[in-house]
Amino acid sequence: MAFQLSPAGLAEVKKELGRYETKESAIIPSLYIAQKENNGWVNVDVINELARVMELPESRINEVFTFYTMFNQEPVGRFHVQVCTNISCAVEGGRELASHICGQLGVKLGEVSEDGRFTVSRVECLGSCGTAPMMQVNDDYYEKLTPESAMNILRGMK
Amino acid sequence: METKLLTEFYHLDEFRGIEGYKKNGGYVELAKALKMQPQAIIDEVKAAGLRGRGGAGFPTGMKWGFLPKNNEPRYLLCNADEGEPGTFKDRMMMERAPHQLIEGMIMSAYAIGSKKSYIYIRGEYKTPIRIVTQALEEAYKAGYLGKNILGSGFDHDMDVYSGAGAYICGEETGMISSLEGLKGQPKLKPPFPAVQGYLRKPTIVNNVETLAAVKYIIRDGAAAYKKYGTEKSAGTKLFSLSGNVMKPGNYEVPLAYPLKDLINGLGGGMKPGRKLKAVIPGGSSAPVLTAEEVERATLDYECLAGMGTMLGSGAVIVIDDSQCMVDLLGVLMHFYHHESCGQCTPCREGTGWLNKIVHSILEGRGRLQDIDLLMKVADNMKGRTICALSDAAALPVLSFVSKFRDEFEFYVREGRSKVRGTSYAEMHH
Repeated sequence: MAFQLSPAGLAEVKKELGRYETKESAIIPSLYIAQKENNGWVNVDVINELARVMELPESRINEVFTFYTMFNQEPVGRFHVQVCTNISCAVEGGRELASHICGQLGVKLGEVSEDGRFTVSRVECLGSCGTAPMMQVNDDYYEKLTPESAMNILRGMK
Repeated sequence: METKLLTEFYHLDEFRGIEGYKKNGGYVELAKALKMQPQAIIDEVKAAGLRGRGGAGFPTGMKWGFLPKNNEPRYLLCNADEGEPGTFKDRMMMERAPHQLIEGMIMSAYAIGSKKSYIYIRGEYKTPIRIVTQALEEAYKAGYLGKNILGSGFDHDMDVYSGAGAYICGEETGMISSLEGLKGQPKLKPPFPAVQGYLRKPTIVNNVETLAAVKYIIRDGAAAYKKYGTEKSAGTKLFSLSGNVMKPGNYEVPLAYPLKDLINGLGGGMKPGRKLKAVIPGGSSAPVLTAEEVERATLDYECLAGMGTMLGSGAVIVIDDSQCMVDLLGVLMHFYHHESCGQCTPCREGTGWLNKIVHSILEGRGRLQDIDLLMKVADNMKGRTICALSDAAALPVLSFVSKFRDEFEFYVREGRSKVRGTSYAEMHH
């Protein structure tokens, strides 16, 4: 069945539509709301639903969706593990950390683990450079990691 | 020693909430400012020599002065899209002192006659978004926002807007595009945002630290603020120290603070057995300095410009002698290629080629002429695009290759890193 916003999600989108000077400004906030309701990613059904609710062309929603990296174009696990591999983390072992996590979880970058729990991505600077290396799992930052501490954190996520 | 002007109370958890903030001098200057003539505030900020703390270092009072002198509605936009690799000061400011930013913004909005402002926070910063949103609710409840603020007759509304992961939205016109619900692509200037910005209305875009500093200029006066730093680089600044150093973190020091003292003093120096090799002094877009250059660098706009680099966002990235410069340039080129918005050909194609060439060297397929090709492509990307991202990608290439050319030549000849002795594949796969 095609994606439909829940009544709560619909109410949230409607609220965003009235929040800014123009309704186009509500596209990013609404994509967040819809992505959350669609298990963490956005597909064409989500775009169509938002276009219908927001009374905007599908192409308007789609161009915004595809521009920003925080909107996922493929399914992700329940825990999206984003390891920073930009320069400050790179000199403190960020890339090795990402490889270690992939190896331990048995996934390649971008894949969903067999149990549906994890997707590991390498990401650009998250502004946690003084506490490198770091990862963001869903909304939360985990900093000053070692390969062991990162795996302890991830193993605890059910 | 730090000079804690903005960060004096950051160690107090209570400073985050409105009561604790008020107990420690919060919202005192707002009341003072609302009794001043708006132009007097602008004059004070101009006289203080405050320059934009986000990266470009443009004089704040002068920027405000570009607004049309009429009653046209205008917007204030706080740039909290902190994305320059190595920078994490705005995140701390929003997490530790959200009201300091809000107070500075209300004062600034009053000065420029703006009734509506947005704080554009990068989407990944969920915690700062939550804390600032909560602080805005407190500020409304206390009467610092909304109608007739503190009985002054001045109305102002403020809201938070979350980005969604795009470095380019830290560029002020890219940010405006994003807030308008578009792809975050920068716009051609002129017209500058102060004339035609958000929804084609006059708009001032200022960084978090810039807006927060306004409070202290009003509190102590321009003359007192100017006692810190130099004539052209006045005041204190937060520096985000990261990389191969013992005590990374945010440090507030007067501008013109010696770079080596930040690294060896406040930063605790290098790790045991390691030597300093290079420093990127102003975020990843700033040309790299060699260890020898670091000895004479001071952290102000004019000294770093004189050394061919820039103060940028104040992100000091320390690189020790265990690091391979070819490898690190690969990291940076991957980043700029990923973040190019794609609208200008020299940047879209150039960042792609730079990334490809560096990685072909890293993967052992490099030819000696590729080193000059890197320089040539980078040189062709400078000053030819709508925004500064293209230059930001080109400058690290030019500085990395010219200052560490031996490492690039060794890598091409031997197919492995001069520093690590191994190849890229062995290093990272």
